[in-house]
Amino acid sequence: MIAHSVFFYIFSLIAIVSAVMVTVSKNTVHSVFFLILDFISISCLFIMIGAEFLGMIMLIVYVGAVAVLFLFVVMMLNVAEQKGQWFSSRWDGGTHIPVGLLVSLIIFFELIIVIGGWKYKPDLLNSLSINISNEVTNTRSIGNVLYTDYILLFQISGMILLVAMIGAIVLTYRERAGVKRQSYVKQISREKDEGVDLVETERNKGVKIDV
Amino acid sequence: MDSYFSILFTEVYKILFLLIPVLVSVAMIVWLDRRVWAFVQKRRGPNVVGPFGLFQSLADALKYIFKEIIIPASSNKLVFVLAPVVTMTLALISWAVIPFGEDFVLADINVGILYLFAVSSLGVYGIIMGGWASNSKYPFLGAIRSAAQMVSYEVSIGVIIINVLLCVGSLNLSDIVMAQQNLWFVIPLFPMFVIFFISALAETNRPPFDLPEAEAELVAGYQTEYSGMMYAMFWLGEYANILLMCAMGSVLFLGGWLSPIDVFPFNAIPGPFWLIFKILFLFILFALVKATVPRYRYDQLMKLGWKIFLPFSLFYVVLTSSFLLYFDLLPGK
Repeated sequence: MIAHSVFFYIFSLIAIVSAVMVTVSKNTVHSVFFLILDFISISCLFIMIGAEFLGMIMLIVYVGAVAVLFLFVVMMLNVAEQKGQWFSSRWDGGTHIPVGLLVSLIIFFELIIVIGGWKYKPDLLNSLSINISNEVTNTRSIGNVLYTDYILLFQISGMILLVAMIGAIVLTYRERAGVKRQSYVKQISREKDEGVDLVETERNKGVKIDV
Repeated sequence: MDSYFSILFTEVYKILFLLIPVLVSVAMIVWLDRRVWAFVQKRRGPNVVGPFGLFQSLADALKYIFKEIIIPASSNKLVFVLAPVVTMTLALISWAVIPFGEDFVLADINVGILYLFAVSSLGVYGIIMGGWASNSKYPFLGAIRSAAQMVSYEVSIGVIIINVLLCVGSLNLSDIVMAQQNLWFVIPLFPMFVIFFISALAETNRPPFDLPEAEAELVAGYQTEYSGMMYAMFWLGEYANILLMCAMGSVLFLGGWLSPIDVFPFNAIPGPFWLIFKILFLFILFALVKATVPRYRYDQLMKLGWKIFLPFSLFYVVLTSSFLLYFDLLPGK
């Protein structure tokens, strides 16, 4: 039991410190690395309370996929310099900081509401329709309810993700002229008649080929 | 407290008992890789150091240890040093859940296959960190390529794993092996095995998908700035990952520690040996592919991953689950 609490405090300490470092560190890439560390320690905490499925899914989805994309964006756009500007002492009249403050204020109040809701946890547990037993693995118990009782919520969240995905593609996709693409079907179905063109030429004159 | 320490020591003993053979076999596997490669090309390969050149890798490792570690002046030093450590650690910790026999596994956890998948998806970070921290063009390009490639092929590996899990009804690796007692999954799921094998090649940056290290374009990709023991750690991590992919393939599709037929001369051989035979078989396939297939172009690689493998394996998930449902074979009832 002692070892358990020691590990709990180690992981929560790492989680909190790295969460603070995400916002404090000046280099944006370092921020993302701290974010990854945060995700990993949170998933360790999940595993420690026995929610091994959630912990692993957290690792696979957030660390294995989402954070990689974060890193890509940060590395490609070179946000590092921008962040340096935000931390400079004088405010250049940009809107980043007011907007950022507003958003964080909203999140702060939401967090207060969530933590306040903790008071109702005992009542809520009694009102749950699912009975949680320790005998089946938690993967199985999640699977039992996810696609039956909560299928509607599951599908709605899937639809939201799909809409977000399509939206992102529509917003960023622009058709560029003159891009060469390889089409296997076109390549294979090419025949001699269309591929080879015999042209009669006059002596000492070039031929203009239309492609 | 005493009991805590005794548990700790037995665990450390078990971990060493697992890790040292893995590290030694990584060295041997490099030798095997080069020998097979040479055999295909009608060369001799490493045959000087030790019997059949077996100690070649050890000699190489010794050389790396005595070489100077150069850290580029403009690199991000902490991340630069961390990158090979991350690669190596991630390559080794996944061996904890591989079952070598019945009750012969370091950590028999419920979500073993998810653990393997999660750790292999973390493997990207060693490469990205190395490429970014080098602060140089070729490593960065190599790292970006490699990360994009690994993320894409992970998706199809994930879907392939779902296929196997549908037939097993458990995420535990020992359960996955035991479910194959009557029929190895390579037979009903043969197309998935082929796709898994190819995705594993891409996932471990092996030829023909070794674009991150395409020496003609990118020098050595993300490893360009690394030297000495740090380079060797990348290299060991890479081969440990390849071995792990082979182990994963043998557990998922080739029946892990089970013998092919349950009759006398075969089932007398202990389980771990069968697993090792299967890993070696898959590894020799890896080496043969390296020796025979030319390198893919990058857009072809992406096309193969996203437009061919992913739709096909998704289709196969639907097929497998409909089959199991129709014939009432769903496990775990």
